[in-house]
Amino acid sequence: MTTLIDPPAHAAVPVAVDGLATRPSLRETVDQTLAMAWRATKKMRRNPEQFFDVTIQPLLFTAMFAYIFGGAISGSVKDYLPLIIPGILAQTALTSSMAMGTQLREDMDKGVFDRFRSLPIARIAPLAGPALADIIRYTIASTLTILVGLAMGYRPGGGFLGTLGGWLLTIVAAWSLAWIFTWLGTVARSAQAVQGISMMIMFPLTFLSNAFVPASTLPGWLEAFVKVNPVSHVVTACRDLINEGQVTTEVAWALLGCAIVVAIFAPLAVRSYSRKI
Amino acid sequence: MNDILHPPAPRGDLAVDAHGLVKTFGGQGSSAFRAVDGIDLQVARGEVYGVLGPNGAGKTTTLSMLATLLPIDGGHASIFGVDVTANPHRVRQLLGVTGQYASVDENLTATENLVLFARLLGHRRKGAATIAADLLESFGLTEAATRQIKNFSGGMRRRLDLAASLIARPPLIFLDEPTTGLDPRTRGQMWDTIRELVEQGSTILLTTQYLDEADQLADRIAVIDAGRKVAEGTPEQLKSGVGSSTLHLRLADRDQTAAAAAVVERTLGEPPVLTPEAGGLNVPLADADRAADVLIALRQADLSITTATVRQPTLDEVFLALTGHHSEPTDTDQNEEVA
Repeated sequence: MTTLIDPPAHAAVPVAVDGLATRPSLRETVDQTLAMAWRATKKMRRNPEQFFDVTIQPLLFTAMFAYIFGGAISGSVKDYLPLIIPGILAQTALTSSMAMGTQLREDMDKGVFDRFRSLPIARIAPLAGPALADIIRYTIASTLTILVGLAMGYRPGGGFLGTLGGWLLTIVAAWSLAWIFTWLGTVARSAQAVQGISMMIMFPLTFLSNAFVPASTLPGWLEAFVKVNPVSHVVTACRDLINEGQVTTEVAWALLGCAIVVAIFAPLAVRSYSRKI
Repeated sequence: MNDILHPPAPRGDLAVDAHGLVKTFGGQGSSAFRAVDGIDLQVARGEVYGVLGPNGAGKTTTLSMLATLLPIDGGHASIFGVDVTANPHRVRQLLGVTGQYASVDENLTATENLVLFARLLGHRRKGAATIAADLLESFGLTEAATRQIKNFSGGMRRRLDLAASLIARPPLIFLDEPTTGLDPRTRGQMWDTIRELVEQGSTILLTTQYLDEADQLADRIAVIDAGRKVAEGTPEQLKSGVGSSTLHLRLADRDQTAAAAAVVERTLGEPPVLTPEAGGLNVPLADADRAADVLIALRQADLSITTATVRQPTLDEVFLALTGHHSEPTDTDQNEEVA
């Protein structure tokens, strides 16, 4: 055994410090995000229950809301479909992106996140990776919603291209909104807390919007809120695309809203993630 | 502790150079708890440095600060001369961290874990697969390569965890309680693996609760208690304070305890320590061979014993000698220690 008096018996590896990068490059950041996305898809495959919400919910909600409210709001189920399908699309976007926060919070409590934090990788990669992989879930949810609508007799006026546009907008909106829940996941203390707060955000945003009823039927003060609710803009944009086949200013507003959400919440999420114990 | 305004210049010839490290938890003022309270650490390149202390002494917190996992609340730290606070990304390129609780992904297989970490470190898919296969082989995990980690034993997890820390071939490796909770055989295997790393020239900073582990592996040891460094030196220096081993005796007749103590004192020139249980004697031995002399002397004095054990001084005994108090405040903590 070596002692303090004797120098260590083995020669130390020379260490070159000056050549080391001080921050990850953009290219590295993209590679690391893709690696994290790969991890997330592996996890999804091993935990298929992650797909329950995005498969059951579109099937159930589309049929349920259409048959319950159809007659009362639009006179018949068939006349209600052009109103409700884009509404359900937006709701689906919100509920499926909500899972991001809980998943992340649970994940961050595990030891592997300590390793991620100790590695010389971009701080955004562990957050952006799962967000990228989650697009699979949003795609399933929005596809199923449209298919259920078609099966119930919905014939979108916007044709194939219009429907494709609405479908894409839903996925973009879901990915953008997921950054709010990602941020929540990095600041909340437990997965349950994330779940609770997410619900409190989700319900007013979806139900106090024009997703299920025309805004004009609401009392004035509520109508005012509904009109500024970003979800309403996504719903209207989806309707314009799917029913009319038109790229209206509402589409531009919806996309701008998504961009603003990402611009605010992605940096917030990365900041609080980097500080988390 | 060093003057905050005039910190000593970071020394590039040291693998770890920390001065007056402080970590405070739980708010301000009197409610704040100083988990690390002004610790200095200087680890030379190529050295194995052990940080020894009981649960809650601040070992993991110290390591976490040095590994950029926790912000440093006070003091300065540099790794190979690179400031930890100012340049965390560079520091992360110099370290491999193996955590107290295996930091690998439960949901992935052993191969997938290593491939993921290799890809994160900039290797292409193919290169990552080769690295993973090589590491699994050298850590004897090839057979378990396609199994999910949740089905791994504790020892296998630690080995995989260590393998994951070596992908980048970091010049400095942090091992946070590498063998806590492992059975003796797996523990021995882990020690062998760590010794191989040392042969290859890695600098190692390890924390442990076990004196024998620090003794087996470390060139130098710092003893930490309640966030402070209470002693530092080679294993020999630390143990010399408590004798190299202890003979524990229990007498058949407890009334003869005083007589036995006198015999022991006559034989070794030093009085034994009476243990709380009646009829028990703890005899510190400078040399384990002297145990036989004590036993023969007792036989000649016609004092009968029921048990005689020779063992290394425990961490608690070293602690008692260094700090004047036991390492564990209550008996219940002993159980948590293993968890």
